[in-house]
Amino acid sequence: MSSELSDSAVSPPTGAGESTSGPSRRTVIATGAAVGGVMVAGGTFLAGAEEAAATVAAPSSRVSLTVNGTRRTVTVDNRTSLLDLLREHLELTGSKKGCNAGACGACTVLVDGQRVNSCLTLAVRLEGAEVTTIEGLAKGDKLHPLQQAFVDEDAFQCGYCTPGQIMSGVGCIQEGHTNSPEEIREYMSGNVCRCGCYVKIVRAVEQTAARK
Amino acid sequence: MHPFTYTRVSSVREALDAGRSGGRYIAGGTTLVDLMRETVETPETLVDISALPLSEITAIAGGGIRIGALVPMAVATADPKLNSLFPVAAQALRGASAQLRNMATIGGNIMQRTRCTYFRDVTADCNKREPGSGCAALGGYNRGHAILGGSDHCVATHASDFAVALTALEATVRLQAPDGKDRSLPFADFLLRPGSTPQREQNIRRGELITAVEIPAYPRPLKSAYLKLRDRQSYSFGLASAAVALHIRGGVIREAKVAAGGVATVPWKLPAVEQALIGERPSDRLWAEAAGHASDGARPLQHNRFKVELLKRTVERQLRTVGEME
Repeated sequence: MSSELSDSAVSPPTGAGESTSGPSRRTVIATGAAVGGVMVAGGTFLAGAEEAAATVAAPSSRVSLTVNGTRRTVTVDNRTSLLDLLREHLELTGSKKGCNAGACGACTVLVDGQRVNSCLTLAVRLEGAEVTTIEGLAKGDKLHPLQQAFVDEDAFQCGYCTPGQIMSGVGCIQEGHTNSPEEIREYMSGNVCRCGCYVKIVRAVEQTAARK
Repeated sequence: MHPFTYTRVSSVREALDAGRSGGRYIAGGTTLVDLMRETVETPETLVDISALPLSEITAIAGGGIRIGALVPMAVATADPKLNSLFPVAAQALRGASAQLRNMATIGGNIMQRTRCTYFRDVTADCNKREPGSGCAALGGYNRGHAILGGSDHCVATHASDFAVALTALEATVRLQAPDGKDRSLPFADFLLRPGSTPQREQNIRRGELITAVEIPAYPRPLKSAYLKLRDRQSYSFGLASAAVALHIRGGVIREAKVAAGGVATVPWKLPAVEQALIGERPSDRLWAEAAGHASDGARPLQHNRFKVELLKRTVERQLRTVGEME
């Protein structure tokens, strides 16, 4: 599979550049949240004039990477994080933006098989990289064993941290840091859960590792 | 985040040329991207050095080790040679989350900037971020700040655990300059106390590139370990930490290398503690006596007085732990 998004300028997370054919849940939320933003007919969200001008002038680069098995070529504003590339431009909204500073783990994805914080990863640096997000884990209708374990163990309440927990758990299992609940807790400590589902999260990771 | 241009380099020569023209090196990016987003850092050009051949861990004759600047923290902390020779250094690399350790590098780790909230908040006064603006921490909430090595201009603590181990073990930093000259700096001279110029944090020149850190050989057996005390059990910056390495032969301590973290503006070597140990026989009384010097010279602030006692207890506990290791 190949999808070419060449010369579609990908802007930083101002909301500018996002276009949909009608007002979606996400554009409505963005409009409600962004003071000074302008919502125009058709649902295109525009940033303030000054911000938009800066966006036009900002240096951008072309980068080719593989996301969940699909080759993507995009031109990105150099400031764009991998998280914003995924969420705002590739419509992969499974990865979540929590702190946007590397402290919560909600944005965790695999880059070349390693778990990383996509919020701290500049998209422009990913030439040739293989990215796997929560959307790329299942095989058709069959959930990844860790996804299934999260369902079986009821390892979430609100679910906001869950995609990051699962991607981090996949990395944790691959790394082999699953020899005890204590070790799992330590190696999953980069993923915060405000609902406090840690006991069940650890259990889901432990069971999946044991079945491997 | 301010706009910036981006270049990827494939050789050290190319990197140094870009560095000479004012480019800012980026490796893991975990500190830099975060601070750029806060507009604390506003580089005009990023020079991506991640493809440079600086990712080797090699033994140095006699029992030392050289760790390339681009070795990821996750790789270094799992390295069998480092764990066997200097457990204290391998353990000090386990403070960050697994995700950050996969991204962050050894060179970036020792270049990381303080976690002082006033430094990170561009609306606050901070001499480190904006020289001459003042220090909001001195009269503000300073529970996490330094009791040692501070000045009237800055009391921010240094954030790296690994740097504490390197300080204890008297490591050196290898640097390459744009003119091609290679230099080695004792780690103690690499990180700078704030004094009246807190904006200068490292003894590094324009365009210089860190290529490796080296830990020297020690007489064997060398027992060592790292202890870090935090507000939570994992993934948090330290309130107090201790790196300890001891060479004990014939029941007598022949070498003692001790440094503390989380309490000072730079990783804090404890020569008075070391001196109190050399030539002595291990005992509970000795650990307590030696650790009693750990907070010598401390100047606590309004909210961090607890660190004076905490530091002594941290050092004492870790001296005992290492001293009683088999």
